[in-house]
Amino acid sequence: METLVALRRGLGQAAPGWVKERRDAAAKRFAEVGYPTTRQEDWRFTNIAPIADAKFAAASGSFAQAEALIASVNVPGAVRLAIVNGQFAAGLSDLSALPKGVRIAGLRDGARDGTDGLEEHLGKVFNLDAHPFAALNTSMLDDGVAIFIAAGAVVETPIHIVVVTGGDGKAVTAHPRLLIVAGANSQVRVAQSFIGTPGAEYFNNAVAEVVVGEGANVTLYTDQRESERAFHLANIQARVAAKGVFESHAFSTGARIQRHDIGIALKGEGADCTMNGVYLADGERLLDTHTSLDHAMPHCTSHEIYKGILAGKAKAVFNGRIIVRLDAQKTDAKQTNRALLLSDDCTINSNPQLEIFADDVKCTHGAAVGQLDEEALFYLQARGLTRLEARDMLLHAFAGEVLEGLKIPALREQIETNFFTALARDVALQPLP
Amino acid sequence: MLQVKNLKVRVEDREILKGINLTVNKGEVHAIMGPNGSGKSTFARALSGHPGYEVTQGEVLYNGADLLDMDPDERAREGVFMAFQYPVEIPGVNNAYFLKAALNAKRKQAGLDELDAMDFMKLVKEKLKLLHVDDSLLQRSVNEGFSGGEKKRNEIFHMAVLEPTLALLDETDSGLDIDALRVVSEGVNAMRSPDRAFIVVTHYQRLLNYIVPDFVHVLSDGKIVRSGGRELALELEEKGYAGQTAAGARK
Repeated sequence: METLVALRRGLGQAAPGWVKERRDAAAKRFAEVGYPTTRQEDWRFTNIAPIADAKFAAASGSFAQAEALIASVNVPGAVRLAIVNGQFAAGLSDLSALPKGVRIAGLRDGARDGTDGLEEHLGKVFNLDAHPFAALNTSMLDDGVAIFIAAGAVVETPIHIVVVTGGDGKAVTAHPRLLIVAGANSQVRVAQSFIGTPGAEYFNNAVAEVVVGEGANVTLYTDQRESERAFHLANIQARVAAKGVFESHAFSTGARIQRHDIGIALKGEGADCTMNGVYLADGERLLDTHTSLDHAMPHCTSHEIYKGILAGKAKAVFNGRIIVRLDAQKTDAKQTNRALLLSDDCTINSNPQLEIFADDVKCTHGAAVGQLDEEALFYLQARGLTRLEARDMLLHAFAGEVLEGLKIPALREQIETNFFTALARDVALQPLP
Repeated sequence: MLQVKNLKVRVEDREILKGINLTVNKGEVHAIMGPNGSGKSTFARALSGHPGYEVTQGEVLYNGADLLDMDPDERAREGVFMAFQYPVEIPGVNNAYFLKAALNAKRKQAGLDELDAMDFMKLVKEKLKLLHVDDSLLQRSVNEGFSGGEKKRNEIFHMAVLEPTLALLDETDSGLDIDALRVVSEGVNAMRSPDRAFIVVTHYQRLLNYIVPDFVHVLSDGKIVRSGGRELALELEEKGYAGQTAAGARK
């Protein structure tokens, strides 16, 4: 905790009053609740002591490998926004493809310059009380990026945010921040790739806020391929207005400990959302996903599919909460969570959590945990594929339903390649039965 | 091509095959018949290398090599093909994509170049025409939601593309109506060649009206109790399997 106070002292004092106020309020909140422990329901299976006990240094806005890492996840034709150790790096960004109707602002500069919409939305999309790490992030509120889409703008060019973290040998902490505000009837696809120096230990604590205006359509892809020793926490919160559509697709292969908190609040009639994810946990990593869907208004639909592949001694946690409030009649919500366990030593804790207060709704949820189908493996093998090829084909098929949601071909190719590299990594550790 | 010597196979704790001897030469079609539980499907599955079928004794030579020493995928790449009695549904795996991977695995083994997507599609279109298979099967997930007949046709289609040296047809006729049976049989007949052998496992002689075998073997209680030509199948149809015991074979 003392380290945090010291880290906060280093924050830019040039920030306007409203930023300082929001930081201080969040710092106060975090001081009250502190780091969560496994005695709290929401953190029962995820022990973050390795984060709380470690001493992380404040990160500087650059490190040796940053540029090469950014190049390694290049998506041709996209607008690229680089965030290095939590700070917007204009020099490593590429705005040459920036289409009409899109405004981009670095948060630090934007706050200083009074960028329109920033004060209105930043830190206002959700309540920090239930999110200690988001409070921690906000207490460090300093830099990141904001994306504003003008009303009616249909943005075809994908916007790719590359969040790189590393400390040239030092274990650093970064608190990157993203804000997306999509005006009425606008459309945009944004991807965020998290990547770090391979093998480096660091603590990345990201927050993304998304405001989906009336009739707007926003898709956010989250590509988590952090260093295998990284601690990756990301909080993604979206608020969707009437007839708005929001899609979140998360792909996770990295980090020693991952915690995703993804929350979508459907705040207007006829809103629709998709919340999908696929994760691959091997070795001794722990990947935790907590999703929350708030059906606050009538006639909204939600579709949620999470799929996990676990190997080695990995652990996964999936908690899927759906609240259907009293007014939210005619809600149609569907949640599916499936996991494949490839070894005897991996575990998953899967917990659907439905709280339904309206009486005229359709809510389904299903969870299934299993192994690869031996008969299917044999069938593929009997046609000439090796057992490994057969296994990869089945895993790919399993994950395919979620991977297909990624509509940026170059990024999808990277993620799929990364997925199979990760699988191969596990094969080396664990011979097949 | 194939020599099976005193093959004994156990499934879980039960001995199912109790010493099978069989020689199959190039170009021949052998029918394995027998009542339910006689072990005929076990024989096909053991030859394909299914892990649930444990060989406890015996020897199987395939083109001079020890077949039992090979993994199922090695057997396939060496030209052994099994048309499954119950083809497995594999959601999410595209039929054409899978078949291309299987064909290229086999070609690689044979030292041939892998086929690219265009050459593969050309080959596939030819085979589809040969078998009167609807090309919509190509872009669907392997066997997923296929009707019984579609599944069996898809098996024969895979066989036609992979061009095996030894094809095992495990009760390919079960669940087929007469039209599907004819189509499947025509596909098999079109593939008969002096270099290729078939082992056709079936309960009913009906299939053998279409796929005319060179040899018929009757399996009972894990052993071949009678062997003969095509006329044996006709006799079985008339008289049934009753009385086809080891004792009967000695008459």
